[in-house]
Amino acid sequence: MAYTQTEKDNGIAVIWLDQPGESVNKLGVEMVDEAEALVEWLDKDPEVKALIFISKKVDNFIAGADLEAMIADRKPGVLQEMSRRGNRLLNRIESLEKPVIAAIHGAALGGGLEVALACHYRIVTESPKTMLGLPEVKLGLLPAGGGTQRLPRLVGLQKALDLMLTGKNVYPRQALEMGLVDEVTHPYALLDAAKASANKLLNTPRKRQRKKSLANLALESTSLTRGFIFKKAREMVEKTSGNKYPAPYKIIDCVEHGMDNGIAAGLEAEAAGLENLADTPQARELIGLFFGINKAKKNPLKTQPLAVETIAVLGAGLMGAGIANVSAANGLRVLLKDVNHENLAQGKKHVWQHLSRKVNKGALSAFERDEIFGRLNGVVDYNTFSHANIVIEAVFEDLNLKHRVLRECEQACDAKFIFASNTSAIPISEIAAAAERPAQVIGMHYFSPVEKMPLLEVVVTSQTADWVAATAVETGIQQGKSVIVVKDGPGFYTTRVLAPMLNEALEILEENGEVRHIDNAMKQFGFPVGPITLIDEVGIDVGAHVSKILSKLVAGRGYKSHDAMIRMFSEGYQGRKNGMGFYHYHDDANTLRGIGKKKKEVNRTAYKFFSGKTRRERHEVSEIRTRLVMMMVNEAAWCLQENIIRSPGDGDIGAVLGLGFPPFLGGPFRYIDRLTPSVALANLERLADAHGPRFQPAPIIRDFARDKKSFYR
Amino acid sequence: MPENNVLRNALLIDGIRIPFQRAGGSYKSLMAYDLARMAIQALVNATRISPNAVDWVIMGNVVPNIATSNVARDAALAAGLPKQVPAATVSLACISANKAITNAVDLVRSGQADVVIAGGTESLSDIPIGLRKPFRMRLLEAQKYRSKFSYLKFFRGLKFRDLLPEIPEIAEFSTGRTMGEDCDMMASRFGVSREAQDAYALQSHQKAAAALKNGALAKEVAPATIPPGFQVIDQDDGIREDSNREKLQALKPAFVKPYGTLTAGNSSFLTDGAAAVLIVAESVAERLNLQAKARIHSYAYSAQDPAEELLLGPAYAIPKLLDKSRTALTDIDVFEFHEAFAAQVLANLKCLASLNFARKNLGRDAAVGEIPMEKLNRWGGSLAIGHPFGATGARLVTTAANRLIQEDGELALVASCAAGAMGNAIMLERV
Repeated sequence: MAYTQTEKDNGIAVIWLDQPGESVNKLGVEMVDEAEALVEWLDKDPEVKALIFISKKVDNFIAGADLEAMIADRKPGVLQEMSRRGNRLLNRIESLEKPVIAAIHGAALGGGLEVALACHYRIVTESPKTMLGLPEVKLGLLPAGGGTQRLPRLVGLQKALDLMLTGKNVYPRQALEMGLVDEVTHPYALLDAAKASANKLLNTPRKRQRKKSLANLALESTSLTRGFIFKKAREMVEKTSGNKYPAPYKIIDCVEHGMDNGIAAGLEAEAAGLENLADTPQARELIGLFFGINKAKKNPLKTQPLAVETIAVLGAGLMGAGIANVSAANGLRVLLKDVNHENLAQGKKHVWQHLSRKVNKGALSAFERDEIFGRLNGVVDYNTFSHANIVIEAVFEDLNLKHRVLRECEQACDAKFIFASNTSAIPISEIAAAAERPAQVIGMHYFSPVEKMPLLEVVVTSQTADWVAATAVETGIQQGKSVIVVKDGPGFYTTRVLAPMLNEALEILEENGEVRHIDNAMKQFGFPVGPITLIDEVGIDVGAHVSKILSKLVAGRGYKSHDAMIRMFSEGYQGRKNGMGFYHYHDDANTLRGIGKKKKEVNRTAYKFFSGKTRRERHEVSEIRTRLVMMMVNEAAWCLQENIIRSPGDGDIGAVLGLGFPPFLGGPFRYIDRLTPSVALANLERLADAHGPRFQPAPIIRDFARDKKSFYR
Repeated sequence: MPENNVLRNALLIDGIRIPFQRAGGSYKSLMAYDLARMAIQALVNATRISPNAVDWVIMGNVVPNIATSNVARDAALAAGLPKQVPAATVSLACISANKAITNAVDLVRSGQADVVIAGGTESLSDIPIGLRKPFRMRLLEAQKYRSKFSYLKFFRGLKFRDLLPEIPEIAEFSTGRTMGEDCDMMASRFGVSREAQDAYALQSHQKAAAALKNGALAKEVAPATIPPGFQVIDQDDGIREDSNREKLQALKPAFVKPYGTLTAGNSSFLTDGAAAVLIVAESVAERLNLQAKARIHSYAYSAQDPAEELLLGPAYAIPKLLDKSRTALTDIDVFEFHEAFAAQVLANLKCLASLNFARKNLGRDAAVGEIPMEKLNRWGGSLAIGHPFGATGARLVTTAANRLIQEDGELALVASCAAGAMGNAIMLERV
C-alpha cells in the first residue's frame, strides 16, 4: 500500500504511516481511502488482536489535514463530505473491539491529533519535538475530525475549549497531566511500549482515571451548568478578538451541540461548520497568510550562506536581550555586549525570566534553560569578537553612535564578519557609509518583544553582498523568525508603512479628535493596540526621529508629516518610558505586571499640541478606520511600486506579523484585493480630495484598477 | 623542564575566578554546579579560546551535591562547551584544584590533550544534610517489607538521635578530629603563639585589601550575576580592611576550648566559589594565538600520617619538588601558599627553616630554607580571600602567575596542605 505499511508481530498489527514523497504525513483523500480498507481488513483478520498507528517520518506523527489539497479548486460541499468520511473512519476505529493504540513521536496536530483521539490509547514520546494541538482556529477553521467532540469528553470542557480556541500546542508532560495521553515514554522505546500496552489492554481493559476535579466534573455534567461555561467562553472570545472571527464561536457551538445532543449530532455540526467557515473571507486570508509565513521560513536567496556559529549583540536592552535569547535558544553562541556589568545583568535577567517561565510551563527543563543560558556570554569589551560571524547592533538610534560601534567592530572582528543593524528607521546605507567593507553591512530589524514577534525584516542596500543577505536570512530562520527581505530606504518597509498610519491618527487629533476614541476604533477593527497607544509604547522620541527620517520622502509627494511628535519630544514627552505621553502611566506601568492591568487615563495636557481645544469630538468610527487603514495600505503599495518589497506576499506578512495588521484581512495587499483595486482607488481619491495629497494613490493601484488586475488572484 | 624530550611543555594561559563569597552569603541559593559554570564561561571569555578548541575539563570539588556527582561534566555542558568535551571531577580535599591542574598538565605533556580547562568549585552553602546511617539502613530495608506489620520492625531499636539530620563537619575520618582541633594541637607543638597567628591573619587581610584597591585582584576575578535578581557580585566579600589586632585578640578560641589559640579570626572561613585556569600545549598555544602567562615547570605531592602531621603537607612537598626540579628555595621569586589557618602556615614555615626537621623528617643535611615574608602571598591569602575547598588551588596558581609578571620574577612556587595529611607544590616559570 502506498501510504501505510503494516507489519504483524505476535497478533499485533503495526501500521506505519508513511506518505510518499513528503517529509511529514498529511491527511488527504488517498490516505483515508487506504486506511478504510486497511481497518476493515485488519478487523476481519483473526490473527490480529490489536492495532498500533505509528509514523515512519522523522519527528512527525501526522501534521494535520493536507490544507493545500483541501483548498485547491474546492467545490461546494466537498469539505463537509470529507469531514463526514473522515469521521466515519474515525468512528469505525473507535468502535473496533480490538484495542487501537496511537504511538506518537513528533507533531500530532489538527487531524493528526483527531486520529489519535479516536484511538483507545495514546502513548507519546518525551521529546521537545512531540507536540499535540488543534490549531485549526488559527486558520479560521474548526477541528472537523471529531476534535470538538472527543477532546472535551477526554480532558474536560474547560481544557478542551482552551486548546481549541487558542490553537496552542501541548507538550508531553502537560498532555499526560491533563489526561490527553495515557503514557509518556522515550523515543527509542515508543514501539515496544505501544506493543506492551496493547498486550496490557488485551488482558485487562483500561479504566481511565478521571483527571478532572470534582468541582469541574459537577460543573460539566449538566446542560445548565455547562451553559455557564459556554457563556464564559463566548464572552472570552468576544473580549479577545471581538466579533472579527467566526471560527471560535462555531467551535463552541459544535461542542455545545454535541454535549447536548450526542456525538453523532456534534460530528454533523462539525462537518457543516467546516464547510461554512471555509467560505468565510477570514479563513481564506488566514490560510493564505499561513502559506506565506511558511514560505518566509525558507531562505529564498540562492547564494550559499556563511556558517554562523557565534553572533554578537551590542546593547543588552530589551531588544538586545531578546535577540540574544532567540539566538541562544536556537543553538547559537552569543556574545552580549554592553558598557557595564549592571546593564548586562539586566539583559541576562530578561533572558532568564523568559526561559524560567518556559520551565514552569514544562516546555523546557531546568537544565535545558541552563544550557541555553550557558551559550549566552555577557561581555563588556570586544576581546572575544574575533569569534563573531555576525554582530547585531541594538544600541540607541543615533547615527554617530552606530558609526562608532561599527568601526570598533571592524577593528575587533574577523574580516568576514557581518555587521547588522537593528535600527527601525535609519537607512542602512547611511550606517554603511562609515564602513570599511560596506558590502558586509545589512539591516536586521526585529520587533519587540523579540521572543514573541515572529517577523524579521532583513534590509539590503545596493552594496550588500549576496552572501551577506543569505547569511542574515538564514540566521533569522534559525532564530525561528519568518523573514522578509526588503530594500533599503527611509523606514524600510514596516516602519515606512506604519508611520503614515500613525501620522493620520495625529491629523485626526489635530481635527479635534479624541485619543481613546481613535485607539478604540482601531482596536475594534482588529489591531492589537491602538495607534496612539502604540506611539506611547514605541516612544515619542522614536516617533519624532522616524518622522524626520521620512520627511524627505513625503515631501516628494507634496505633504508634510504632522510635527506634533517633534514638538512634544522637545518639551520632554517620551511616551510610556518616562511616563509622559498621550496617556498617564502608573508607577508599575514599566513593569511586566503593570501592562494591561489598569485602564490608563488620557493625559489631556497633550492636547495642547493639537488644535489646543480641550473639548474634543468623536469622529465617525468608520471614517477613522478608513483613513488610517487606507494610509497604511497605500504606503504598502508605494513600497511595492518602488521595489522596497519583493512581492505582495512579503508585504502582507510584514504588516501582519510586524505591525499587527488584522490577520483576518490578510494584510494590505489581500485587503486591496478584497476591496478590489478600483474601490481602493476610489477611496483614496475621495480622501485625497478631502484631506490633501497625502492620500495620493500609489500608481500601481491606479494601474491595477484600470487593468482590473489583483495582487493574488 | 620536561623529564625527557618527548614530553611537551604545558602553558598556563590565564586563570579566572568568580568572587569568593562567605558561605550562606550571596551564593547561598546556588549549587557548586552553578558556580563552576560561571567560572568556566568567564575563563573561556577571558582567554578568548573557542569552546570548540577545548579537549578536556577537570574540576576539583570536595563536598559534592549528589545530584551533580560529576559536577565538572554538568557544569561544562551548561557553560556553553560542546557536548563532545569530556569532563571529570577530582576530589583531593583542599588540593582538589591542584590535582585538577596537574592532571591537565599531564594530559597536555603526554599529548593526550592540547587544551584543558582545570579548576575547582565548592559550595559550602549547599552541603548534603543527610539522614543518619541507622535510619537510612531501615529506609532501604523497608522497601522490601511485604506486610504492614513489618513496619513495626522499623522503629525497633531506633534511637531518637538517629532521626536527627546529620550535618557533615570538616573532620578527619581516620582520626575523628576536626581540622581546627588538629591545627590547634600543631600550633602548640611547634610553639606558634596566638599573637603570631593573629599578626599573620591581620597582614593577610591588609595585603588582600591593598590588592583589591590597587586592582591587582580584579585581574583574576570575573563578576558573577545571580538569578533570579541578577545583582552583580564583583568582589570577594571576606576581606576585612578594618580588621585590627585588638579585634582579633578579643575573639574566643574556636576549636579547642578554653585554652586553644585558633579563632575564627586566624582561620579561613567557609567559602563558596569557583576558579578555573586554561592549560595548553606550547605548540598549540602558538597555533591558536594564545599568549601564555607561565609555564608549568614541575610539581610534587606528599602524604604523611594523618594522626601526626595532618597539615604539614608543604613542609614535605616543597623539598620534594625542589629536589626533583634541581632548584633551591632562593631561586624562587614568588611564593603563594594556601592559608588554611595562620598557625598552619607558620608551622610549615618553621619546619622548612628547621635543620632539625630537615634531618629528622626529610633526611637532609640542611634546612630547606627561610621563606622571605615579603615574597609570600603579597596579594593576601585564603584567610582573607576565602577558601572554597575545591577551587583554592586554581586561585593560587593564577595569582602566582600574575605576580610573576607584575613582580618581574622567574619562578613561582605554589604550596598547599590538604586533609589526609597530603601536600602539593607546583612550580611555575615565567614565559
